[in-house]
Amino acid sequence: MSADVLDSGEGRPVPAGDALLQVRDLQVEFRTRDGVAKAVNGVSLDVHAGRTLAVLGESGSGKSVTAQAVMGILDSPPGFVTGGQVLFEGTDLLQLSSRQMQRFRGERIAMVFQDALSALNPVYSVGFQIAEMFRVHLGTSRREGMAKALELMERVRIPAAKERLKNYPHQFSGGMRQRIMIAIALALDPQVLIADEPTTALDVTVQAQIMALLADLQRESGMGLILITHDLGVVADVADDIVVMYAGKVVERAPVHDIYADPAHPYTEGLLASIPRVDRKGQDLAAIKGLPPNLTRLPSGCPFHPRCPYRRDDPCTTEEPPLYEVSSERGSACHFWDEVVGGDHRAKW
Amino acid sequence: MPDPSSPLPGPGQGGADKPVHIAAMAHGETATGPSGADTVGKPRSLWSDAWHDLRRRPVFLLASALIAFLVVVAIAPGLFTGSDPTFCDLSRSNQTPSASAPFGYNKQGCDIYARVLYGARPSIAVGILVSLGAVLVGGTIGALAGFYGGVVDSVLSRFADVFFAIPLLLGGIVFLSVFPDRNLWTVVAALVVLGWPQLTRIMRGAVISVRDADFVTAARALGASNRRILLRHILPNALAPVIVIATINLGIYIVVEATLSFLGIGLPPTTVSWGGDISSAQSSLRTAPHVLMFPAAALSLTVLSFIMLGDAVRDALDPRLR
Amino acid sequence: MPSGEVVLQVEDLVKHYPLTVGVLFKKQVGAVRAVDGVSFDLHEGETLGIVGESGCGKSTLARLLMGLETPTSGTVRFMGEDVFGRGRAGLKQLRRNIQIVLQDPYTSLNPRMTVGDIVGEPFEIHPEVAPRGDRRRKVQELLDVVGLNPEHINRYPHQFSGGQRQRIGIARGLALRPKILVCDEPVSALDVSVQAQVINLLDDLQDSFGLSYVFIAHDLSVVRHISDRVAVMYLGRIVETGDEVEIYEHPTMPYTQALLSAVPVPDPSQRGRGTQIVLTGDVPSPADPPSGCTFRTRCWKADDLCAREEPALVHRAGRPHPSRCHYAEDVRVVPSGPG
Repeated sequence: MSADVLDSGEGRPVPAGDALLQVRDLQVEFRTRDGVAKAVNGVSLDVHAGRTLAVLGESGSGKSVTAQAVMGILDSPPGFVTGGQVLFEGTDLLQLSSRQMQRFRGERIAMVFQDALSALNPVYSVGFQIAEMFRVHLGTSRREGMAKALELMERVRIPAAKERLKNYPHQFSGGMRQRIMIAIALALDPQVLIADEPTTALDVTVQAQIMALLADLQRESGMGLILITHDLGVVADVADDIVVMYAGKVVERAPVHDIYADPAHPYTEGLLASIPRVDRKGQDLAAIKGLPPNLTRLPSGCPFHPRCPYRRDDPCTTEEPPLYEVSSERGSACHFWDEVVGGDHRAKW
Repeated sequence: MPDPSSPLPGPGQGGADKPVHIAAMAHGETATGPSGADTVGKPRSLWSDAWHDLRRRPVFLLASALIAFLVVVAIAPGLFTGSDPTFCDLSRSNQTPSASAPFGYNKQGCDIYARVLYGARPSIAVGILVSLGAVLVGGTIGALAGFYGGVVDSVLSRFADVFFAIPLLLGGIVFLSVFPDRNLWTVVAALVVLGWPQLTRIMRGAVISVRDADFVTAARALGASNRRILLRHILPNALAPVIVIATINLGIYIVVEATLSFLGIGLPPTTVSWGGDISSAQSSLRTAPHVLMFPAAALSLTVLSFIMLGDAVRDALDPRLR
Repeated sequence: MPSGEVVLQVEDLVKHYPLTVGVLFKKQVGAVRAVDGVSFDLHEGETLGIVGESGCGKSTLARLLMGLETPTSGTVRFMGEDVFGRGRAGLKQLRRNIQIVLQDPYTSLNPRMTVGDIVGEPFEIHPEVAPRGDRRRKVQELLDVVGLNPEHINRYPHQFSGGQRQRIGIARGLALRPKILVCDEPVSALDVSVQAQVINLLDDLQDSFGLSYVFIAHDLSVVRHISDRVAVMYLGRIVETGDEVEIYEHPTMPYTQALLSAVPVPDPSQRGRGTQIVLTGDVPSPADPPSGCTFRTRCWKADDLCAREEPALVHRAGRPHPSRCHYAEDVRVVPSGPG
């Protein structure tokens, strides 16, 4: 990261530098009656100002749990952070008291969730809920808070914002509610925004609107955005860097163009080969066989090996692969990544 | 239309089977195997899951043990005492507990220990019978109201509301004072008549929540009749909350019966009952507290056991309802 | 592959749900026009994809096709026979020919029945299809055909994963050997890596069993992959329909164009290359649709004509497929993919 300016791939120069948020070797366990599930098993990632990091994974991959652990909102019990660091501009968030973390949340890091209807309180008006951010954190008066709420509603492009300040969440459509949630999250100008499946429950045209809004807001404020999703299309559209998660681990890390053009991990390769595309037709979908593993009984060695066409008994079933360095910007947790990279990405599927 | 009873389609029998089979397995999943996603273990119904959960809860074990003991006492009180609860010797009036009479004697000189043991039967019998009756009557009406909705629901619910508005105890008193001839069955009938609306509401709510479930839609799409849907799909899934409430209510019915007996409106005084004994112990409360204490303790313990059982069952069944 | 024979004919199908006020004496004040005049044909062996966003009426349409709701007007004909004209017994008979696969694998199976009972229930409801002694074997065959282990016949749904449960639902739908399967968002609730498995399964089953599919979904990529023909729905009407190439590469109706432009392509090198159309505003309520063309409130081409006159579903802009737009124009929205 010695260069001052990194090209984001779209001709938009972005100042690089130290990461705003660094997660190092995060470990999260869920202690259930059926055993201990290692939901997050040594995850490391970096978020930079002005850049979007996509955390890609399916259910059970640990992506949401990672976000919750970073925000300090993990359900505990049954979840417990058992190791690692979450460094925000040098401060380890995991070491903070809950009171200190409360200040961080909202002011420095904010989060937007999938289901806006359940994330918003149904008995308070949306203006009230947005204004609450200012009242609680900054002690502003109610009137001033509402004025700022109005500003924010306009910033997230809610039409007729002035009239709608007093409306309740159920009076808005899904897309509008999502914008309100974004407004609440951005109220105090956080440096990092975590969006956990923000558009999964929305129609595709609304999804496009929301993703465009997030991109614009990010450009205006220069904040770092973590986008958690399973949607390969959305990631291709907006992400700068990608981290692919499987069974609680990061299995591949790369800039967005590299991952799609030339994946370095069998899981990524399999995912890309298995999705139907709107711009082409007629190919067979290559399906990854099998099921994601049971987190309380992970396979030995590489967690992906039961489903992997590249696997060999040794070392895949015996040694857990570390994140091998594929290049200065890329990593892959596969013992045979050099076979995956550069090869025919449909051959094995 | 193709012959519906033919095996797998294709030009022939054996030859055509294989390609389909292989194609299916090619994109099938290994449900067992080293993937560790061996979610398909031995068959485990939701009831057996709940049972396994219950077996581990101390509250359930304790409550069940107590209730089992009480049921044995109710069935065969003679096993636990040789004394006759109705044999009373005035000379022993209000004697405190001793070695021969662990609970002492009451005002009439009857052996309290024997009376407590023999008194278990009517109490528990009433509790169980009323619960069963209320579930049958209330459950049926509630299921019909919830399933059919519309006018049927309105009529049945309003009908239930009428009875629901009558307080259990007060209504019991009124009902039973009308009957000249009081025995176990009239008491049970009176309490069932007053107790069914609560279960109607619970069942109706449960049925409504299941009625629109996807699997019910799927059954309709197959052409299932209303009867099949109600009996095979809705009731098994609506039963859980009803069971929980009925179990907890058991304790309440026992208390009500005891109260009615206490007031002299319940079981006839010739029947040995805890309520009756508590009633007659009132007058000697200050001089001989043991006369009141033992039947009251027995009553409390019994009611507590059923409530604990109901609580444990609810906790075990609730998450499964999701 | 699709033959010429029409197996399902839908004509002017309408379903309005009345909105009433009053408790005892209800007065109708309006209606939710969930399905507002839908017509299409389904041919043997063909997959007709029906796409639309929430509120477009596609789920109501699925229920109508299955006879789970009675239409306000219009007809549904299976092999020429009116589905709703034959009374309850007739409808039950027809159910052997049209079956459904539902969206949510976690709620579409009765949690208190074994898998064997679930897949075997069709035989209990229609005993003439399989003699009692034969049923267990048939159930095991079905489990095998959908890629599950037949030995798991006594397991309960919660012991299976989402993808496996969806297979069970498909096996249940196939039991009666229907000619038509209505698939209502069958893969939307599944993980990405499992979606491909189930899509491939549906593809193979179509070939092996000679099925025709009505495939209802909101995911345009999935629909493109599996469909031969596609119909786009908006506020209860079909606004454009045609074969898959026509719709995806030559859409003429602005809504279709907007829909297609909104679908993100999983290829970052295509960023900024497709046409970007971002719609404003919300979908109007189906209880109060706009006059004339229902899409006009969000359409960049709308004018007075659009408010006055509802465009008919006819061939436009020189393309061989019908759409509803006074100003239809063939616009290529989806970038032509590599290869």
